[in-house]
Amino acid sequence: MARTRISLQGDPVRGVPMEIRTLIAHPMETGYRPGADGKVLARNLIRRFRCSFDDGARTQLVFAAELFPATAANPYIAFHFTPPGNGTLRFVWEGDQGFAQTETLAVRVA
Amino acid sequence: MWLEAPLPLRRLATVVLLLLSGLYPVVMAQTVARPEPADPRRSGFDFMGPSTQAMQRGDDRNPGMLWVVDGEALWSREPANGGKACIACHAAANSSMAGVAARYPAFDAASARPVTLGQRINVCRQQNQRLPVLAWESPDLLALEAFVAHQSRGRPIAPPADPRLAPFTEQGRQLFGQRLGQLNLSCSICHDRSAGRRLGGSPIPEGHATGYPLYRLEWQGLGSLQRRLRSCMAGVRAEPYAFGAPQWVALELYLAQRARGMLLETPAVRP
Repeated sequence: MARTRISLQGDPVRGVPMEIRTLIAHPMETGYRPGADGKVLARNLIRRFRCSFDDGARTQLVFAAELFPATAANPYIAFHFTPPGNGTLRFVWEGDQGFAQTETLAVRVA
Repeated sequence: MWLEAPLPLRRLATVVLLLLSGLYPVVMAQTVARPEPADPRRSGFDFMGPSTQAMQRGDDRNPGMLWVVDGEALWSREPANGGKACIACHAAANSSMAGVAARYPAFDAASARPVTLGQRINVCRQQNQRLPVLAWESPDLLALEAFVAHQSRGRPIAPPADPRLAPFTEQGRQLFGQRLGQLNLSCSICHDRSAGRRLGGSPIPEGHATGYPLYRLEWQGLGSLQRRLRSCMAGVRAEPYAFGAPQWVALELYLAQRARGMLLETPAVRP
């Protein structure tokens, strides 16, 4: 179970763009580095990140990213989102070695 | 000759005379007088670029906070051996641990030697929780240390005025000035005499340990002050002391005295 931190910058207001910041604990091992024993460490990357918004009727994509070996450990991803109304934000990180992490965050607009 | 000179030259001469006469410093002192001189010491934070500073400032983007959150969970988790959790004796950390990290290393009466915060956590685990000690730089120890030290963030470093610590602090002061390794450099040569200059393109900070355990971008993770000191020693091509060696504790004691009054930043971010 990876550790994540998700924060909304300010209170959500219908139709007003706001920043979402996400941070997840992950080594982002490139697959190119030797370990202490000289053997190459197995690649262990987060490959995909998706954030979607579900208002109860339909789900829409808010933001998606593909991640590659040049991304630092513990990736910090920030993006903007305009809440169309009340609903739930769903964050999914997927990667090598079966890594999958899902977080949800309820959004109540003012 | 004075009167014969053109007006601009005369004005210039008057200014020069004023400067030489010592009037100028008096005028300056009156206009920029401050109630007390500012602390000339600078944290490593002040040597960083604005983006790294922003990374440390924002708790939602500081990766060190991932360890703090882990430590918070460990603080209240009952160990598998049925013993007590940290919280059972110490209560909520935001009150009981506030300011504690600012006083470490401290003297441990039982072992008659100074201990660092990490060592203190392990002593507590062994004696009170009946748990095996956590290895140096292990994620759990770093998480607990970061969580406890985070409770003192923003507080001034206040090493205890314990006379029993004095010989160890003195040992640390001597180690700080001792030349080491193939490069034959002491801590002091870089961090006292050359602070603010550059080494291989990177600024040399003053070496104040204000934010440990801290997230180092080079490490891609959280690390202790001893880890940092060890890599500095390897940098001057000396054989680093082992983790937990008394020399590290002595150095940490001296560094705490040297940074007395500076504010704790745990978990700091450094390049």
